[in-house]
Amino acid sequence: MRVAGLILSGSTKDNLDKLTLKRTSAAVPVFGKYRAIDFTLSNMVNSGITNVGVFTQYNPRSLMDHLGSGKEWNLDRKRGGLFILQPFISPQSHKMYYEGTADALFQNLTYLRRSYEDFVLIGSGDHIYNMDFRSLFKYHVKNGADVTLLTKTAEEGTNFSQYGQVITDENNRITQIYEKDSKYRSSKIFLGVYFINKAFLLEMLYANVPNGKFDLLKDIIIPNLSRMRVFSYEFDGYWKNIKKSVEDYYNINMDILKEEVRNELFYLPERKIYTKLKDSAPPKINVNAEVSNSFISDGCIINGIVRNSVLSRDVYIGAGSVIEDCIILQGSYLEEGSIIRKTIIDKNVRIRSGKKLEGIGNEINVIEKGAVL
Amino acid sequence: MRVLAIILAGGQGTRLGVITNNLAKPAVPFGGKYRMIDFTLSNCVNSNINTVGVVTQYMPHRLVEHLGIGKPWDLDIKGGGLHILPPYLSRSGTSWYQGTADAVYQNIEFIERYKPDFVLLLSGDHVYKMDYNDIIDYHIEKDADGTIACMEVPVSEAHRFGIMVTDPFNRIIEFQEKPKEPKGTLASLGIYVFKWNFLKDALIRDAKDNTSEHDFGKNIIPKSLKENHMLYAFNFEGYWRDVGTIESYMDCNLEIISSLPPLDLHDESWKIYTQSEELPPAFIAKGASVVKSFVSEGSEIYGTVENSVIFQGVTISKGTYVKDSIIMNNVFIGKNSYIEKTVIAENTVIGDSVEIGKGKFAESKIDKKIYNSDITVIGFNSKIKDQMIIGKNCVIDNEVDLKDYDVEEIKSGEGILK
Repeated sequence: MRVAGLILSGSTKDNLDKLTLKRTSAAVPVFGKYRAIDFTLSNMVNSGITNVGVFTQYNPRSLMDHLGSGKEWNLDRKRGGLFILQPFISPQSHKMYYEGTADALFQNLTYLRRSYEDFVLIGSGDHIYNMDFRSLFKYHVKNGADVTLLTKTAEEGTNFSQYGQVITDENNRITQIYEKDSKYRSSKIFLGVYFINKAFLLEMLYANVPNGKFDLLKDIIIPNLSRMRVFSYEFDGYWKNIKKSVEDYYNINMDILKEEVRNELFYLPERKIYTKLKDSAPPKINVNAEVSNSFISDGCIINGIVRNSVLSRDVYIGAGSVIEDCIILQGSYLEEGSIIRKTIIDKNVRIRSGKKLEGIGNEINVIEKGAVL
Repeated sequence: MRVLAIILAGGQGTRLGVITNNLAKPAVPFGGKYRMIDFTLSNCVNSNINTVGVVTQYMPHRLVEHLGIGKPWDLDIKGGGLHILPPYLSRSGTSWYQGTADAVYQNIEFIERYKPDFVLLLSGDHVYKMDYNDIIDYHIEKDADGTIACMEVPVSEAHRFGIMVTDPFNRIIEFQEKPKEPKGTLASLGIYVFKWNFLKDALIRDAKDNTSEHDFGKNIIPKSLKENHMLYAFNFEGYWRDVGTIESYMDCNLEIISSLPPLDLHDESWKIYTQSEELPPAFIAKGASVVKSFVSEGSEIYGTVENSVIFQGVTISKGTYVKDSIIMNNVFIGKNSYIEKTVIAENTVIGDSVEIGKGKFAESKIDKKIYNSDITVIGFNSKIKDQMIIGKNCVIDNEVDLKDYDVEEIKSGEGILK
């Protein structure tokens, strides 16, 4: 089946505080050596998609640096491959940004028209899951659907006002979607992944975007549910959206300390998660160090105590330091005797010796990239 | 000035026992995620030498797979890059490489294509960091025909090396290949720089000489000295190891993981590049204990690890204790086992309640030349059944299956060879 992949890489509308001051949410580091976009990108590639467009507009530098030519995902190809789709000025439009999902697609119609694929899978760069989309493709075709939306039964404690709640009939055809409604309507939530017939999508875009309908879900799909064949495809694996809050970001990272989450995300031989590889030496745990219940990336040197934490590449932990319930991103250097609890330390931070940092109660500290404390 | 590097990677490495039965020595895993040849290759690219020929012969599959098109070393480039040079047949009747000199001789045509001024001749199985520009600059300064990197070795070790005698200006006046009675302690490191014109001429003449063994140490170097050519010794003062025996393999690995390693793999300014695998970071579980060790990505540690190198994708289950050992890629070790002073090769499965490396040293009944330390070696893809007891200085062959056991215990110095 010929499917083109499209990934939305985040906007100013995220809740990640200092973590997205200098990067878009798709480029947020996660689980030590990955960036959020690695999951959707790898899922697409593992599902046989070889033509992927990534929409960027907000703080794209670190994302572009990460993606490069697409080599790490086997997307450095002659046919298809990786395309970065940035907003641009042209004689027709001086608008240097995308107003919404549909507008982003509309501004890149040439790319869509030129790709030879018949279907389009639209995903988001800040979702963490490992999924083979191929059964979704089959399901879509079998239903003769115009659009298939990926859905999931919400977990306990889900804040429904942050999701679209989906009502379906007995055939799983979607009859109603309550987008970001604080009232409980249905336990089925929309995961932000669309599968659409390309010809149908192009038609919808031409008909709606010039009339100011810029959002694919709100302005185009929801108002036309009765006229379109929109189906829901249920995903029952691990799925998280990283940009909802700093607390969610923290909890998702900590989830990797659970065996079942590690197994589902990383140990399926057919569905590996690819990322930009670096050549750091294996982690070194020295004499007098103590590491427990932690995820440790290449290049780390540990001389202190590390508990319940996720360490990115090239992190240095000085002797006598105690690191508990922390997420420490790449290249950060913690001198001797630092005591850090429940804290997210962004990249290249230097913590002076003897420094004590603790989140108060349930609060999570975030230390900005490059800070020296 | 154009420099081309030739890496001799055909070595059989017989003294590594079962480890090199199915594997060229340069492809032997080292240091948690590397293979031996990564050091020489990374030295080349870190020295800005981007045209590299790798001469292969013995068991090249894994090596060639590792090298690929040279991508991890940025050697997938136009106008140079990485070239694999296997022996080949042609109308003029070339064949298996007869010796190190013959291996280069048979590739003269390849070298000529790049019209180098200098050829750097290297080995694929040494562990060291070296900026080759230093030796090349020295070679140019001396206007030498050939320059050999060397270092002082203990008298007791001298018989294993090519030993040089030099004049006060470092010009080599005598060269002894693996001498029984060494005249000095200045040992060749197997790193040579030659003027290409000089080397080509020497190789062509050597090829025509029926009495020659076509070896650099045995033939080319002594003959050049006899003919009064200008050969110089370049003193290397850094860390350099020829990992030739099981004992030195173990020692060198453990040296590199020490707190203040003589060769620092975490040094950002001289990275060692390798074919990295797509694996998540290492997981160290609650209740696990890891001290003085490397634990590579994709590994999961539930037990205790001490003074050991754990390669990628290794699982060490609960209650298991691993000490002073090298555990290569994708090894699975079951529960409540005890492993001491053991090298476990890739893809091996060790059962529950297994004990390896216990007891007292005993001389090997298998091959005293290869297995002569208290280190036990478990081969590739083997299985060790539950409750098995294996002593010191034992060897389990590659591909040993559960049905190959007829004993419950393998005493020190014994083993299973298929």
